Amino acid sequence: MNVTLKTENGLPDKLTAKDFASDQEVRWCPGCGDYAILKAMHKSLADMGARPENTVFISGIGCSSRFPYYMATYGFHTIHGRAPAIATGLKIARPELDVWVVTGDGDALSIGGNHLFHALRRNVDLNILLFNNEIYGLTKGQYSPTSRVGQKSPSTPMGSVDSPAEACTYALGCGARFVARGIDVQAKELDVLFKRARDHKGASFVEIIQNCIVYNDATFADFTEKAVAADMQLHVKHGEPMLYGKERNKGLRINTQTFKLEAVVIGENGVTEKDILVHDEKNRVLATLLVALRPPGFPEVLGVIYCDPAAQSYETAVRAQETQAKAKGPGDLDKLMRAGNTWNVA
Amino acid sequence: MNLQADASRNGAPSGGPVSKSDLDSIVVRFAGDSGDGVQLLGSQFSQETALAGNSLATFPDFPAEIRAPTGTTYGVSAFQINFGSRIVKTAGDQPDVLVALNPAALMVNYKGLRKGGLVILDSGAFKEKDIKRAGFAVDPRHDGTLKEFRVMEIDISAQALEVAKPFGVSQKEALRTKNLWTLGLVSWMYDREMNSTMEYVARKFGAEDPVGMANAAALKAGHAYGETHELSGDVAPVSMPSVKVEPGQYRLVSGAESLAWGLAAGAQLADLEMVLASYPITPSSPILHILAKLKQFGITTFQAEDEIAACCAAIGASYGGKLGVTASSGPGLALKIEAIGLAISTELPLVIVDTQRGGPSTGLPTKTEQSDLFIAVWGRNGDAPIPVIASRSPGDCFEVAIEAVRLATKYMTPVILLSDGYIANAAEPWKIPSVKDHAPFLVKFHTETEGFHPFKRDPKTLARVWAKPGTPGLMHRIGGIEKDYNSGNISYDPANHQKMTDTRTAKIDNIADDIPEQTVEVGAPKGKLAVVGWGSTFGPINRAVHNMREKEGLDVSHIHIRHVWPLPRNLGALLKSYEKVLVAEMNNGQMLTLLKSQYLIDAKGLLKVSGQPLKIEEVSSAIRSQLGAA
Repeated sequence: MNVTLKTENGLPDKLTAKDFASDQEVRWCPGCGDYAILKAMHKSLADMGARPENTVFISGIGCSSRFPYYMATYGFHTIHGRAPAIATGLKIARPELDVWVVTGDGDALSIGGNHLFHALRRNVDLNILLFNNEIYGLTKGQYSPTSRVGQKSPSTPMGSVDSPAEACTYALGCGARFVARGIDVQAKELDVLFKRARDHKGASFVEIIQNCIVYNDATFADFTEKAVAADMQLHVKHGEPMLYGKERNKGLRINTQTFKLEAVVIGENGVTEKDILVHDEKNRVLATLLVALRPPGFPEVLGVIYCDPAAQSYETAVRAQETQAKAKGPGDLDKLMRAGNTWNVA
Repeated sequence: MNLQADASRNGAPSGGPVSKSDLDSIVVRFAGDSGDGVQLLGSQFSQETALAGNSLATFPDFPAEIRAPTGTTYGVSAFQINFGSRIVKTAGDQPDVLVALNPAALMVNYKGLRKGGLVILDSGAFKEKDIKRAGFAVDPRHDGTLKEFRVMEIDISAQALEVAKPFGVSQKEALRTKNLWTLGLVSWMYDREMNSTMEYVARKFGAEDPVGMANAAALKAGHAYGETHELSGDVAPVSMPSVKVEPGQYRLVSGAESLAWGLAAGAQLADLEMVLASYPITPSSPILHILAKLKQFGITTFQAEDEIAACCAAIGASYGGKLGVTASSGPGLALKIEAIGLAISTELPLVIVDTQRGGPSTGLPTKTEQSDLFIAVWGRNGDAPIPVIASRSPGDCFEVAIEAVRLATKYMTPVILLSDGYIANAAEPWKIPSVKDHAPFLVKFHTETEGFHPFKRDPKTLARVWAKPGTPGLMHRIGGIEKDYNSGNISYDPANHQKMTDTRTAKIDNIADDIPEQTVEVGAPKGKLAVVGWGSTFGPINRAVHNMREKEGLDVSHIHIRHVWPLPRNLGALLKSYEKVLVAEMNNGQMLTLLKSQYLIDAKGLLKVSGQPLKIEEVSSAIRSQLGAA
């Protein structure tokens, strides 16, 4: 017999992916990469032992930002670009909550670039997931700040002339201490990233490469297609050599003369396994080099690229000052207003 | 046609010198370079005056530049105080005494002085180049410029340098003691105890600091100068009897202080912790500074990256079950508008404080105005009703802030509290209130899972339930998209949008049943003329209406509006019981338009946007004109 233990609020102690799915009908386009990310999140949260009542998803505006409606947790679908600011306010008020921010390339890097910067540099303990599809989907296909030069769209009929932003490079520049990258359909890898992000105390930034099937289909095909995936994806792991390729004979090497990374093949031009760089996720300079690599000359680098926690996160430091202030006793407003120069009228 | 208040008027309605015995109040204006420490001089004199038991009102009037080039007219900083043995309601129309610490200060201020008034000059600052720089063709002391005034020249600079010499401070530090030397002199003139200033100096510099000792010596020396130089009869010491006020404990309070404390009190009465999220902006920043020191009260302050983030963080805090507050001024309010719409749509409590300043755009950052009424009441996309309330004076900010918190939490709505630059910076004696004397309005968070949805409403107030994250069984999603009335889920249904819009409107309209009916401050509830004001114009309107009734026998009443939106239920009928309505405000007719649109009355406006507070005489003269008594 199967006995499920129920707690007071009707949820069992041990939750499954289903317990994290809301009753709302998911309204993304059929085939959208967001479905896979949502499914991975449901499962990951259940596996991590997260509690729906203590979990909050906050989003801005855009396709990705509908995410909270499909989670059976607390959720706040806010306004364009401002999710990190609202999440910061919530985290300051309620540090014990597990707060996730779901955003897109337009939401986070265009209209909300400023808020993302400050949430990262302050190191607020938020898990920020940026779904990057290099397009504005919800507004019907305009180019975005991550679109490549030449991207044709309703607002760039002759092709975009903007130089694109690189999400992880931006995050590192903002002072992020956890930067990771995954692909929408790689549930197993995403699961690891979600767990690592949640465990990281401080702001965690995860870029998720996400395919927009309607307005920008196959834009990442050069490294996501099955046929090329092994040769064009480098999944990094701390302490392990950065090897990739079907034969796992390809790797990255540092040229100490040019201070550039080079894609090399073991056995060619005298390259041996010893030449291959070992990933060090605490190395910020290395992270900066890795996130900037792009196919076709290089593989797309995926996984936890940088993780170097600070002594404490922002809201912890804020709380520490408050605790310090309260140590002198609780405030008495009537007394405060009567301090200093006063006089009595009889 | 609306009457335009004449801000540049130099008339002297009372005219001529007034002997001291006739005065029940005196207006002193201190003016100098922005580096001369005039604001400190003024605020310390106010403190001494308050402790002497006089009623008072102050008006700090300073430039936007921190240190404009020395000796320029645009670098002049001034501080005006009106004090008396009767209740003082404004900082005074015309100074009786002008203390000018340099030629530029004289240039900017002498025309406003009462005829026969006293000018005290620092003759040490009247060098040829300073005089030219201030824009005088010739030395104003010798060409008849000041012939309508009494002039007392003292080389304050030399006095200050001399006094400071034994303490071994630099020439620059020595010269900077001239504000305290001047304070000493003026303290002697008005028989003020200087203990509070001595304590201030000791606190600021420490007992052993040479600069502190030089300042203390300068203060005493200024006082001694008055005593020993047998100054002419006009400036002989005046002892003003203390004002008769309600018994109790008093202090001086600025609008920013009482507003910050009022917010803290409101949070306590609601049994909530507070998160204030703000971005630095003049003249609102003191609220952030004051609350940042009150962490022991369960108050968290957050200096956000911009005005938008400040409003959003406050919304995030409210979503989390704290009292979210954001404070700003006009340009900042403009930036917060979209976020305020989100708080209206998601029906979360939020207090938005707008310390108004001259606009549009950057406008006049350090000058006062009341021109954010439209943006507060109507300035959002969509039909987005919000309660708006306004404080009338520095001390009143305390009560208004509590009221703002009460409305926000009881009705689950953002509330805009309008203050202004004049109120924020000015100080007045304040009978210190007690939080215990206010009825609590404890917030009860929703915990019942049975039949829960996030937009379940109280049938009477129409407020939705406040269910905060962390509560088991109440997981829900909210957002800026229209919500279904019966479930809170996203809804694009036409009839539902109509219903939700009507409900949000009705919720705010119903607040009119929960606020006091409109009363009449002075005069009868019907008659020939009602002068209507709101916010910081309370003082000059009130005094002018009193004067016109008592001294000139005119049939005029004063109505002061605190609840700007929704308006009190009886206001329309009340206004219609007067033959004429005159709306006096520091903008181009915003309350005027609001009242006309709501009640279809033929009101006129007395409108002023000079960055300076309304004067009693401007209101009096408008009253005479309206009643054909000019």
